[in-house]
Amino acid sequence: MKDFNYHSAKDSKEASKLASSSSAFLAGGMTTIPSMKLGLATYKDLIDIKNIKKLSGIKVSGRSVTIGAATKHVEVSNSKDVKKAIPSLSSLAEGIGDPQVRNRGTIGGSIANNDPSADYPSACIALNATIHTNERKIEAAKFFKGMFETALKKGELIEAIEFQIPEKSSYQKHPNPASRYAIVGVYVAKHKGDVNVAVTGAKSCVYNDKEMSKALSGNFSSSSIDGMDLDSSEMNTDMHASAEFRASLVVTQAKKAVDAC
Amino acid sequence: MASLVGSRVERKEDKRFLTGKGRYTADINLANQTYAIFVRSPHARASIKKLNIDKALKSSGVVSILTGKEIADDKIGGLIAGWAIRSEDGTEMKCPGNPPLAKDNVNFVGDPVAVVIAESLAEAKEAAEKVEVDYKVLKAVTSTADAMNGDTIHEGIDKNLCFDWLLGDRQKVKEAFDKADKVISIDIINNRLIPNAMEPRACVADYNAASEEITLYTTSQNPHLSRLIMSAFGNVAPEHKLRVVAPDVGGGFGSKINVYNEDIVCSWAAKKISRAIKWVAERSESFLTDIHGRDHVTHAELAVTKDGKFLGFKNETIANLGAYARVFGTVTPTYLFGPCATGVYEIPAAYTNVKAVYTNTAPVDAYRGAGRPEATYTIERLVEKASMELGIDKTELRIKNFPTAFPFKQTLVHTVDSGDYVAGMEKAKQMADYKGFEARRKESEAKGKLRGIGVTSYFEACGIAPSAAVMSLGCGVGLWESAEVRFNPTGQVTVYTGSHSHGQSHQTTFAQIAADELGVPIENIDIVHGDTDKGTFGMGTYGSRSLAVGGIAIVNACKKIVEKGKRVTAKMLEANPEDVEFKDGEFIVSKSNKKKTIGEVAFACYLPGVRDEMKSPLPEGDEPGLKETSFYDPSNFSFPAGTHIAEVEIDPETGHVKLEKYTACDDFGRIINPMVVEGQVHGGLAQGIGQALYENAEYDETGQLMTGSYMDYTMPRADNFPEFNIGYTCTHATTNPLGVKGCGEAGAIAAPPTVMNAVIDALGGQEVTMPATAEKVWKACKNLKKSNAKAA
Ligand SMILES: Cc1cc2nc3c(=O)[nH]c(=O)nc-3n(C[C@H](O)[C@H](O)[C@H](O)COP(=O)(O)OP(=O)(O)OC[C@H]3O[C@@H](n4cnc5c(N)ncnc54)[C@H](O)[C@@H]3O)c2cc1C
Repeated sequence: MKDFNYHSAKDSKEASKLASSSSAFLAGGMTTIPSMKLGLATYKDLIDIKNIKKLSGIKVSGRSVTIGAATKHVEVSNSKDVKKAIPSLSSLAEGIGDPQVRNRGTIGGSIANNDPSADYPSACIALNATIHTNERKIEAAKFFKGMFETALKKGELIEAIEFQIPEKSSYQKHPNPASRYAIVGVYVAKHKGDVNVAVTGAKSCVYNDKEMSKALSGNFSSSSIDGMDLDSSEMNTDMHASAEFRASLVVTQAKKAVDAC
Repeated sequence: MASLVGSRVERKEDKRFLTGKGRYTADINLANQTYAIFVRSPHARASIKKLNIDKALKSSGVVSILTGKEIADDKIGGLIAGWAIRSEDGTEMKCPGNPPLAKDNVNFVGDPVAVVIAESLAEAKEAAEKVEVDYKVLKAVTSTADAMNGDTIHEGIDKNLCFDWLLGDRQKVKEAFDKADKVISIDIINNRLIPNAMEPRACVADYNAASEEITLYTTSQNPHLSRLIMSAFGNVAPEHKLRVVAPDVGGGFGSKINVYNEDIVCSWAAKKISRAIKWVAERSESFLTDIHGRDHVTHAELAVTKDGKFLGFKNETIANLGAYARVFGTVTPTYLFGPCATGVYEIPAAYTNVKAVYTNTAPVDAYRGAGRPEATYTIERLVEKASMELGIDKTELRIKNFPTAFPFKQTLVHTVDSGDYVAGMEKAKQMADYKGFEARRKESEAKGKLRGIGVTSYFEACGIAPSAAVMSLGCGVGLWESAEVRFNPTGQVTVYTGSHSHGQSHQTTFAQIAADELGVPIENIDIVHGDTDKGTFGMGTYGSRSLAVGGIAIVNACKKIVEKGKRVTAKMLEANPEDVEFKDGEFIVSKSNKKKTIGEVAFACYLPGVRDEMKSPLPEGDEPGLKETSFYDPSNFSFPAGTHIAEVEIDPETGHVKLEKYTACDDFGRIINPMVVEGQVHGGLAQGIGQALYENAEYDETGQLMTGSYMDYTMPRADNFPEFNIGYTCTHATTNPLGVKGCGEAGAIAAPPTVMNAVIDALGGQEVTMPATAEKVWKACKNLKKSNAKAA
């Protein structure tokens, strides 16, 4: 690991002022620090955002759950409010990595990083989330741009994520047996009017599967997607799963999610 | 006094480990120490055209940079294979040189080419990045099955073949096969594993210019053996000027038997710079450079009669040695493998042929079980297949071919002294509720799941081993063990053992044994190991030999103490030594009932006189002091055995295999501490189940390790396992005074075929390779559905 400057920002304004093209925000550090240690990334400045009060905490209103960006996975999984409002979101958080990762990693960091196999991005898509930054509000559907790519501009800081409370929802992950990231994770959420089927792990970026959403909006039963043959041409292949297997898993996990709703 | 042997004595080492007071190599920091970083080859196979250290030398804090050239100039020796194996045609095996720092060629990713020594770790790392190596990249050979057709890796070693070894009689086997009603054949792969000890390898080397002595603290399972190798072959220092200390070691599993490049380089370099040098592997270095395990490709056949009698067995195996042959690298796929490949069965004719090949991958060597897991996997997968093809119940078929009497003279090498395989099978069936399986299978089926049951009956040859026997087979050393038992004048005991504990709880079990032998409270007994300056000598811990060999040396040394005690007591109490009996720590003269405690005897031995009288308690010919040594050379291997039964449930939609039940019924002979044995069984099972369902070391065709971190190499975790159902049968070993057999490797030996037999049973007999990952199983489920549909 190369030398770097450490800053602890007291508010969003200071954090974004300190940011440059060779800086990173330090939230849980669960992505940033290993990549620095392995020499995959080098930064001149690390800007710690954990001491910014405004970024932590969970608020529940009648229609939405708003989670501060620096809120840790363990806080989301343990929150009684989240469990009550959107139980699937709390169980998603409980299934991330291992206790060490959950005790440090944050929702903002996870979303900003947009790992193609991360769990939270699927929640954002399925639960029609709004990403609140220090500059603007971004709809989830417009936030996740591609592999490790988001709509965030340099120095732009996520402050909170606002999730719409669905009628029913469930997240079903088929974990990579080694890392326990998602080989495929499917987040099904039934809102008034329509159904979202957000898929992570299968392609280079999280997406809403239109075909299954449509079928389930018509008839919210796993039988309506049973045997669906998804196009696997854009799906990932790696040593843990081929595109063909992933395509099948997407349907299987979606069915499980519908049945669990 | 109640016997301690057999009871669940709390582990003496737990306090230290559970309170963070263990002292591992990385915890050792010496005054004025420097830090080493190794520059490693990023290529699997290349020649080194140029190596330039000029820039790196100017980097801040650099003390020294040494390369393959300096190590060759100083005539430091390379790493070695400890067993010489001869091919079927009578030629000796072919081994390439393996310099501790490569000079001309590199042969696997991670092969070190230089060491950078600096004032701090950060500076060493920084400088290491500035070492410029110009490689000419060559085509790598990575596949075990195709290695013989690849480019020649080491000059002069044709077809990359180290040896082509045969054990058994091809002609007799042919005759047996000619008579068979049926031949069952199987093609299997024993997947490559990375040991992953919790503590990565590390060493701290120090040099004392005044005494000219090198001290090496290192993560070793066998410090004396390491010293011998480093001195005799590495030419690092004469043995009396080399002290090797292996303090607390956090797991070995065979990966810490070898003397590694870093041990030699740091010891040699410490002398060169006359300062201490510390090196601690990063986890990624462990993945790349620790020895790997298994990696066999096997075709095997079993000739049977239609009513299920085994007639003959063939085993054709290609074993991957990796880039170089290391200490147990050549014996693991031969004498530790072949003799066990006929399993627990009477098979009149058998042979095993092994072609050991070099590839551009990390060296492969002994890993928990070493050869016996591969052997057991071969025979037990075959037998299970035979039961399917013959339509004979898998447990009946096994029992039918078990030996009928002990000692059991095996077809190939071993004479198994003791066992009762039928009792083990019957007990395992009961424990696993074998009878109830069909009902459970139906329940799973009703949920849309596939359920399978798998059985393995195994034996293994451990407690290695009689020196004359192993040396006749090519071993470079004898495999005895030594112990020294020392009384203090005030009655406490220190036991020095050449065995090394890196998770095996010797501090407790060995103390239990000594406490029973000497009648001294266990609190007054200390076990000392792991330092060539302490105790006599040691061959170390591997091959489940600590108790069956090292433990017996302790028993024998204690017996010598008691003999001397009897003589001293006789003299003190004016009796005949033959009339003195020893029991529970007291020497009793049977005729007069007069007695002396062992503490009194020890005191008298060290203070042999009394005030105002010219009188010694020591009989003529006995010297003062109470200390005895034993070098114990076993008369045979020890042969633990047992039956394991696994049950899995498969979700055909996701291919997920859930291990529902695992039953292990083992015969380890006399058990010293049931709690410790349970720990050993659990650990072995975790590794064996890991091999079957999760772990796999994968190289791509250029020789890059694809599974170089825990993101891709699946180490099993606690939630991957059910509660293990563990039980024992007990037949005492007849070849050692404690009646013990080894227990350290059994789980890793028996679990892979047990689990795979269950998986394949659930899949209607379809072969899948280890590890049975979700995708492989999912595909097999799809095929099963298709063939079921056709049948319907
Ligand atoms: C062993 C392991 C297992 C894991 N398993 C899983 C898993 O199963 N599922 C899963 O989803 N994830 C998993 N993760 C990732 C984990 O969830 C991390 O928390 C996440 O990747 C990053 O969050 P962080 O808070 O640690 O971010 P950091 O590492 O601190 O930062 C990551 C990136 O996000 C940026 N960033 C952080 N906060 C903000 C913000 N508020 N606004 C803008 N940019 C910001 C930083 O600049 C940086 O570029 C795992 C990680 C590890 C180490």
